[in-house]
Amino acid sequence: MPYQPVKFYQTGTYTVGNRLLAPNERSVQSSEHRSNSINSGHRACQGCGEALGARYAIDAAMLASDGQIISANATGCLEVFSTPYPESSWQVPWIHSLFGNAPAVATGIAAAMKAKGKPQVRVVAQGGDGGTTDIGFGCLSGMFERNDDVLYICYDNEAYMNTGVQRSSATPPTARTATTMPVGPEPGNPFGQGKNVPEIAMAHGIPYVATATVSDLRDLEYKVKKAMGMHGARYLHIFVPCPLGWGTVAHDTIRIARLAKETGLFPVFEAEHGEVTGVLKIRRKTPVEEYLKPQKRFAHLFGKHAHPDMVAHIQDMADRNIRKYRLLEEEAG
Amino acid sequence: MLKQIEGSKAVAEGVALCRPEVICAYPISPQTHIVEALGKMVKGGELSPCEFINVESEFAAMSVAIGASAAGARSYTATASQGLLFMAEAVYNASGLGLPIVMTVANRAIGAPINIWNDHSDALSQRDSGWLQLFAENNQEAVDLHIQAFRLGEELSMPVMVCMDGFILTHAFERVDIPSQEQVDAYLPTFDPRQALDPAEPISIGAMVGPEAFMEVRYLAHAKQLQALEMIPELAKEFKDVFGRDSCGLVQTYCADDAETMIVAMGSVLGTIKDVVDEMRADGHKIGVLGITSYRPFPLQQVRAALENCKRYLVLEKSLAVGLGGILATDVRMAVSGTGLNGYTTVAGLGGRAIPKASLHKLFREVEKETVDKVGFLDLDWEAVNKQLERERRIRHSGPIAENILHDKGIASAAKFG
Repeated sequence: MPYQPVKFYQTGTYTVGNRLLAPNERSVQSSEHRSNSINSGHRACQGCGEALGARYAIDAAMLASDGQIISANATGCLEVFSTPYPESSWQVPWIHSLFGNAPAVATGIAAAMKAKGKPQVRVVAQGGDGGTTDIGFGCLSGMFERNDDVLYICYDNEAYMNTGVQRSSATPPTARTATTMPVGPEPGNPFGQGKNVPEIAMAHGIPYVATATVSDLRDLEYKVKKAMGMHGARYLHIFVPCPLGWGTVAHDTIRIARLAKETGLFPVFEAEHGEVTGVLKIRRKTPVEEYLKPQKRFAHLFGKHAHPDMVAHIQDMADRNIRKYRLLEEEAG
Repeated sequence: MLKQIEGSKAVAEGVALCRPEVICAYPISPQTHIVEALGKMVKGGELSPCEFINVESEFAAMSVAIGASAAGARSYTATASQGLLFMAEAVYNASGLGLPIVMTVANRAIGAPINIWNDHSDALSQRDSGWLQLFAENNQEAVDLHIQAFRLGEELSMPVMVCMDGFILTHAFERVDIPSQEQVDAYLPTFDPRQALDPAEPISIGAMVGPEAFMEVRYLAHAKQLQALEMIPELAKEFKDVFGRDSCGLVQTYCADDAETMIVAMGSVLGTIKDVVDEMRADGHKIGVLGITSYRPFPLQQVRAALENCKRYLVLEKSLAVGLGGILATDVRMAVSGTGLNGYTTVAGLGGRAIPKASLHKLFREVEKETVDKVGFLDLDWEAVNKQLERERRIRHSGPIAENILHDKGIASAAKFG
């Protein structure tokens, strides 16, 4: 089961202060011994969900592997903001090759470690949704299919942010991007498109597939740790809001991520060998409007020329996720 | 050890002797026999430690090699034609990152029209990729070039393409001297890069470089190629000391000392050219040959020195710079610029068109008399070409070309097949 042992409702934020937890339940991030894998000083935007996700994930992977990590990174925001020559935020050995080949580069590194007799060195590949679900998809599927010993992490902010917010196959319906403008009778990204890469990953039958968000640090760290305890191809899809591309305020990143999960729009689950083994339950079911309204990319759904039909369609999608993944307590079992 | 062996198999044995640690394989004719043979050696345990990875595309093949090489493993792959183009982005990336990957290119035409047979269009399309490009004349040289390629690439921290003519060499059974493991070990030290991906010493590779430093980085890639011009002859000499035979180098000349007419070419066609030159020499013609082994770096000085005493030269090349003429010829012209030499270009053998001795006899005699076209096409069927050109003059709009030519030549005709 995903990590959810402690429920604190009194703050309204669901955050759990470390002071209230036993030392073994405290997060990797709260430790003074965390590796700071992606160090401060990088050039991510204020409130960047991807920077947060990468830091959480790689620090957790470092702890789980006793510091024996090599990372391959696809082209994208994470690569650009972390390594403007001659600076680098990375405290782990790190390589950027191309936009579409991070899974294959990671395969090569893993093969090299095997040939060199260094099984303790583990490989983590990272990319955004464009690099993962679109241009890198062939290499990703190849890496999965061969069951190469790589943990691939997709930081999903639902569009090509580095190039200026263009649509990807992870962009949700109705969302405004620079290439799906909110004009015409069906504004924004069309319904009926896009692909669900966590489910496609599961269809490969690989040992571990999981989704997570930056709003639930412990669940994210638990999944990284679990993935690092396994061998073969593993896939972690982390939902990372993008204030710039989504038109949200910087301090809302974690709240928006939490709403994606609480509405059911982003199901948080884990699966082993193609079977769902656990879901993070919705704690307070929330209508999708609460998630959509704070985001300017959905502004055209509301106001003077509102599209309530489209909002209802999005609610249907959330409800389908809730049924399919049994995201509500009362529907469990 | 002397063997009567297929070119691909010989190259696979030569590569295996270099102790590659990661091999990526994706099938494309005519290189498949090479990786098949290597796969068998890895699977059977003869080549160990080595990881043999069946990737899902050539783009992945080069990308896996990039990851493996950056992590300090000696990496190898092989490709051809469309495969080389499909991996082109990663080809440039490998050289930009300075990773000494060795790749065999079993030279093959590029479509459309799709064609699996030999010419040099594939490798020459990557001439500015930063890779060193060496062309083998025969299968012995193909084996020897691979051994030198690993050494050269790792000394310079640059990737090397060993180009061998598809089918003509890859599928030909020839006598090849396969070196011993002791010889190769004596010539090729273990791969020990200055920097590699290693948790003990974390470094970032592949950072973004802006306008303030990009020019310098690119110049340094050029400087490496210039260093290779010095290093290739040295390594060939050292190769001779260990293996006892002359192989490779920058250029090779044949009957060149008193030649008034020189024929310049790359790859296996040099064998046919030398036969024709032997026959013409017997008839008193002063004709010689310049074979170019190192296409990148291009040995301007050596080419100039080999040609400056002749009266005219012909570049016979299996490639076409569409809209210009020759690709190799353009580089040769740069080498002889200012000499006033008359240079001619003949494009030949595209898509596996045979280059018969009779055609070369006729061509070389025309070159001697300087009655040959500045840019010519060997054995082109002008009737078929003119018919299509006339058809296009009559009706000017877009439409099929390849299909019309096949029809006119009677290869695909409705009447013929009912």
